[in-house]
Amino acid sequence: MKQWLLFMIVGALSFLDVAWGEELFFRGQVASQWRYFSDDAQYKEQFNGAQLSFSFKPEFYYESDKNNHFSFVPFLRIDERDYQRTHADLREAYWLHIEDDWQLLMGINQVFWGVTESRHLVDIINQTDTIENFDGEDKLGQAMFNFSLQKDWGDIDLLVLPGFRQATWSGKRGRLRLPLTVEENETEFEAGNKEHHIDMAARYSNTIDDWDFGLYYFNGTDREARFRVNETGDHFIAQYDQIQQIGTDIQYTHDAWLLKFEGIHQEGRYDTFAAIVSGFEYTFYQVNESAVDVGLLAEYLYDGRDSDFNKAPPTLTENDLFIGTRIAWNDVNDRSVIAGVMIDLDDQSTLLSIEYEQRLDNFWSIEMEGRWFTDIDKKNTLTIFKQDSHILFNLIRYF
Amino acid sequence: MKKTLLALSISCLTLNASSAIANVDDMADKGYEIAARSDRSDRGFIDSQVSLSMTLKNAAGMTNTRTLNVSTYEDMDEEVGDKSLIIFKSPADIDGTALLSHAKILDPDNQWLYLPALKRVKRISSVNKSGPFVGSEFAFEDLTASELNKYDYHYLRSETCGELQCDVVERIPKYEHSGYKKQISWIDQSVFQIRKIEFYDRKGDLLKTLNMENFKEYPGHIWRAHVFNMDNHQSGKSTQLNYSEYQFKTGMKERDFVKKSLSRRH
Repeated sequence: MKQWLLFMIVGALSFLDVAWGEELFFRGQVASQWRYFSDDAQYKEQFNGAQLSFSFKPEFYYESDKNNHFSFVPFLRIDERDYQRTHADLREAYWLHIEDDWQLLMGINQVFWGVTESRHLVDIINQTDTIENFDGEDKLGQAMFNFSLQKDWGDIDLLVLPGFRQATWSGKRGRLRLPLTVEENETEFEAGNKEHHIDMAARYSNTIDDWDFGLYYFNGTDREARFRVNETGDHFIAQYDQIQQIGTDIQYTHDAWLLKFEGIHQEGRYDTFAAIVSGFEYTFYQVNESAVDVGLLAEYLYDGRDSDFNKAPPTLTENDLFIGTRIAWNDVNDRSVIAGVMIDLDDQSTLLSIEYEQRLDNFWSIEMEGRWFTDIDKKNTLTIFKQDSHILFNLIRYF
Repeated sequence: MKKTLLALSISCLTLNASSAIANVDDMADKGYEIAARSDRSDRGFIDSQVSLSMTLKNAAGMTNTRTLNVSTYEDMDEEVGDKSLIIFKSPADIDGTALLSHAKILDPDNQWLYLPALKRVKRISSVNKSGPFVGSEFAFEDLTASELNKYDYHYLRSETCGELQCDVVERIPKYEHSGYKKQISWIDQSVFQIRKIEFYDRKGDLLKTLNMENFKEYPGHIWRAHVFNMDNHQSGKSTQLNYSEYQFKTGMKERDFVKKSLSRRH
């Protein structure tokens, strides 16, 4: 895997070297991020207060002709408080070959599947870059061969995924971490060839009138880990099992309604279970004859996995309801906010979140986030983060 | 006798009414013909690519600029709309964001938005075409609504418009979610291009005026305006679109206007 990664980097760099012409696109962003935790930490090594970090993500994109595209997107974060959060990744480094009704992508890329907002249940190709953000929307690059066929009867995607990526975890001093740190070198795999196991996925998707839907089968290493405490009891060892999963995502779009469904059925080493996220988004456009759009969202989340961490990876959403709103001002600065509350229907543990963003000018924009853990029941998985309510400011300079 | 008189007066009434209706019908037919001639004047463009800058000006005169690339794929069937792909280039925070539309005539279009940060393609609701497009004075329907059968027409008059002679045609959106009660369009009599449109809001008050300038004829007698000025009379804001040189028949295929194509950056 390491060799292949090196090969990719060298390959990408050499094409950049020869290809600096008209068809080369370069853009990217640098950002400074300030996170502030108002409560004292739960675990004694963790820092209190503010956390400053910087990120850098240049994007190189080259079209040698209409049929051949290359992409190279490294990512770096430097964090002042959490040494594990200082990390680098290759988000993209691929060659894409395009023909009339098929395309083949080879290299590192990110693939998103799904329709819901409160949880990305069916999205399985890329590992989560957990330490980037609590929302889990940041993903690590995944090496892949991705063959796609586009026909009148729908799209087929076949993915061969060599090289498994482990999730990223906060260091000892970091916030938003598990009760113990995760020792990456001791990770255990069900597969005999460990992270060299080659995972596979196949997906069919199509649009028919108001319906967009996809159905896939995945066979390989679970992106989520179970955890066991090591013998001396001072850290966690992550355990990645082999799973077989079918997943489906469906969206019905009509007038101002979006009806959404995601469901999976997973057969793991010790547990077989199903999980769903389903709900709607309804938008009131141009409220009171202004330009402002207000959307209402509600999603129900169910996850039937075993709550014993030795049998299945932990989940935060076993029987939960998400209710939220999305407001878009549609002004020159593209101001928008999404706010919501996730309530555990069994014990009423509540996670409040709000995300606001706006453009400052042609090259600057700002994002603000707040997450509050309230009324967290002692038995709820969220209890490990109960002291980690925080606000975040991200100031981004694009180039 | 009384009966006959009554019958006669009824038939007179009917006659009057039907001639009025005939007149309305004539004006509708004439309006439709003028609009159809204009709409069909660029038939066979097959596909086009153009980049444009959009300059937003508020009432205080402050400006903001966006740049975008627009690709369009013609559907010859007048009962089906064209396909289009809009890719934003600036401001930098929306660079790479793309909007794919499969236009329909009276139903809401099928639209997908590509968010490059998440690499996510989202099917979006498109009933609202009357809201501001990227904060500008253009609504999405102003940019795409030249499809012939989206309106009922009514010929008003002919008059001079600048150096040309224009037919003035009122058009009433048939699309139930339109932001307009009516539009009045000025279509020249020499090359049949729309030169000016007045937009009336749902209450019937004059909302915006669009003036199109810098017309150029491309091979195949295809005319395109290259400067669009939209003035909002109610807010005092305005937006100017400046189009680059158009490219036609670029060899794009219908398959370039599918969901998958959104994630290929351009």
